[in-house]
Amino acid sequence: MSKSSVSSVSAASASVASSSSKFAETFSAAWAAYRDQVGADPRLKLVDALLAFLVVVGVAQFGFVCAVRDSFPLNAFLAGFSACVGQFVLAVSLRMQWVESFAGIRKERAFMEFVGGSLVLHFVCLHFVN
Amino acid sequence: MAESQALRWIQLLLKCTIFLFMTAAAVSSRLFSVIRFESIIHEFDPWFNFRATKYLVNNGFYKFLNWFDDRTWYPLGRVTGGTLYPGLMATSAAVWHGLHKIGLPVDIRNVCVLFAPAFSGVTAWATYHLTCEIKDSGAGLLAAAFIAIAPGYISRSVAGSYDNEAIAITLLMVTFMFWIKAMKTGSIMHSTFAALFYFYMVSAWGGYVFITNLIPLHVFILILMGRYSTRLYSAYTTWYAIGTLASMQIPFVGFLPIRSNDHMAALGVFGLIQIVALGSFLKAQVSWQKFKTVMVVSLIFLLLAGVCGLFALTYFGYIAPWTGRFYSLWDTNYAKIHIPIIASVSEHQPTAWPAFFFDTQFLIWLFPAGVFLLFLDLKDEHIFIIAYSVLCSYFAGVMVRLMLTLTPIICVCAAVTISKLFDIYADFSFWSDKSLEPSDSSNKTKIMTLVTKLTVCGSFLGYLYLFVYHCTWVTSNAYSSPSVVLPSRNQDGSMALIDDFREAYYWLRMNSAEDAKVASWWDYGYQIGGMADRTTLVDNNTWNNTHIAIVGKAMSSPQEKAYEILRQHDVDYVLVIFGGLIGFSGDDINKFLWMVRISEGIWPDEIKEREYFTPSGEYRMDALASQTMKDSLMYKLSYYRFASLFNGIEGMDRVRGQKIRDEDVGNLDYFEEAFTSENWMVRLYKLKDLDPVGRELHSAGEFERKSARSQKKRIVKRPSLDLRV
Repeated sequence: MSKSSVSSVSAASASVASSSSKFAETFSAAWAAYRDQVGADPRLKLVDALLAFLVVVGVAQFGFVCAVRDSFPLNAFLAGFSACVGQFVLAVSLRMQWVESFAGIRKERAFMEFVGGSLVLHFVCLHFVN
Repeated sequence: MAESQALRWIQLLLKCTIFLFMTAAAVSSRLFSVIRFESIIHEFDPWFNFRATKYLVNNGFYKFLNWFDDRTWYPLGRVTGGTLYPGLMATSAAVWHGLHKIGLPVDIRNVCVLFAPAFSGVTAWATYHLTCEIKDSGAGLLAAAFIAIAPGYISRSVAGSYDNEAIAITLLMVTFMFWIKAMKTGSIMHSTFAALFYFYMVSAWGGYVFITNLIPLHVFILILMGRYSTRLYSAYTTWYAIGTLASMQIPFVGFLPIRSNDHMAALGVFGLIQIVALGSFLKAQVSWQKFKTVMVVSLIFLLLAGVCGLFALTYFGYIAPWTGRFYSLWDTNYAKIHIPIIASVSEHQPTAWPAFFFDTQFLIWLFPAGVFLLFLDLKDEHIFIIAYSVLCSYFAGVMVRLMLTLTPIICVCAAVTISKLFDIYADFSFWSDKSLEPSDSSNKTKIMTLVTKLTVCGSFLGYLYLFVYHCTWVTSNAYSSPSVVLPSRNQDGSMALIDDFREAYYWLRMNSAEDAKVASWWDYGYQIGGMADRTTLVDNNTWNNTHIAIVGKAMSSPQEKAYEILRQHDVDYVLVIFGGLIGFSGDDINKFLWMVRISEGIWPDEIKEREYFTPSGEYRMDALASQTMKDSLMYKLSYYRFASLFNGIEGMDRVRGQKIRDEDVGNLDYFEEAFTSENWMVRLYKLKDLDPVGRELHSAGEFERKSARSQKKRIVKRPSLDLRV
């Protein structure tokens, strides 16, 4: 009785250890793949820098709202925050197309579309922020 | 090479010609009402839209957005600019300004009347492109032709039916067209266009929630089927980020997209697709075994966190729970029990089965076949059409007005079926096929094939012809009546118009004080505001249930009590619609139970629905009617003086088929008849002023009657006196 329970505990701890090691392996593999990707095309570094910047700005805004515990001009906060989120997903979409372009859309056209989409996004944000 | 070039030109030319004819057919079949009656705004809601458009044209856009309307919902008023969808009015005002700029001084009324037919052409064009993405241009042309004349869509877009739906269906189709394109190519540009048209849709109709949920559902199903791709990510996230932000610019929508549960699915899928994108990147790097553990552990964790978060946010009130209209979509009895005001609207009733055939004719049985054919192919975009069909079939069964959103998809699916059929059966190339050597048996097969193909093609051409015939018939007979002016026939069969509504509203406009307040059931609020230009207590906006219940209570109370209530609300006139004389069944007596129910919801101990029925549970108006019914203001105002049209003792109500006795109606002490229209359809009563001597109005009336009786006696006596002299 007691023996079996001990063994189950050890099995559980073993599975936890193995899954955490799997996590670690997965992330190291992903990190390596990412290094390769960026190494192949230096423009991606630029996009990634933009992405990191957007995350920082977004988190800062959200943190500020949480810190003052008031989101009073909600439209202003939403405009600022959504600008970050929207720009982030647009940049990710562009990055995906630069890594592997979609059928029928060349990389240059993808960039133009990205610029167009961003312009629309920021126009709406400007209108919203008052 | 040159031959194929020429062929392409001919195809283009043919396509343009077909489109031209299709638009002409779409517009002209919607003009029945203008030709038969006149260029007039129809029904109820369009009157408000028309009034708002006039305000916009006269006062400019900024004043329009800040419009506080003190002529409705007296004494509360309505923040109209913040509680309407401005897309329709803004578009027609832009059209009007455009026409004026190029030197065409068209009346704003005509712009509004012809607005819906003009947009039906655009709908056909968008449906064509949508179906092209689903199948091919042949199916596209068929779908465009179907949507151009399908009665299900015409019902809300005839000339004069100037309603939000008139433009919304067009925008719905354009948005879906861009979405399908964006989803197929992954193009940011198409996705941005989808978002912009989604914004336009949000500005035009509350039904935008349908798009808000359908597109995420499509994406969600695709993800579940393991069809995630970077194109899908690019299309969806771009659409959601820009579309949601843009939709919050409409004052009426405001912060709903981040607050209400109706919009949470879209946000959830937006979050999900980020995780899936990360997951698919990781998956490409490591073995499946390793990835599986990582995925399962993180999925369970995220799911728990998400569900807890949603519950917590709803519990603490950050997210509004689902609205009543939403519940009534799932539980058809919900509205009846909890919100009589929603259940009382005729277009919220469940659809009767024949309506499906009536509105789409043979498309309705091609529709399942089309869905089946899409299942056989099951490309990404087909899943969208299938999800749309399933959802909308359900919704259209629950609420009759959602038939409107089902019709486009029926047209698309039916067009897919017919075009598939024609692909196979209208292919006569085997006839000139030289590869088979001529022999008896092959000749026989050839002829048999030809006969089969001709039969199938011929019968379907027959069906198409019948469809066109049916559509024209339905449009001209069922959907082209303005309902402000009613058609009828004289005894010799010639056409006659019953124009009581406008007669009465015009009387009101000309004969009452400009700030007079009119109490009527909410159905007529918009018309009174639009045609008579008088202040109303309640109207079709139905934003304040209690205020409506007040009017309902006044109508269902005895006259002295009703007088008190109406007096408190500064009412000058009471308007009732009475159809008993000419047999117009949509009158106030038939709507009366809703007034009773709605006011019972607020004052359950004063108004009881049961008391308005006879002891055996019947809804009667004749001698058997319950005393509460006979005492109610609605009964008295409807039947006052009615018997005098007949023999003075009892009158025949043609709607209920019952005899109304004059003694049941009794006297009106608190109201006086101000106006009754030609066919007695609209009856207007003025509230009597307080008695100058300070008597109760009832006793004053009794006194008048008594003295009148004695006066009559004296008059009768006098001639005999004269004779004696």
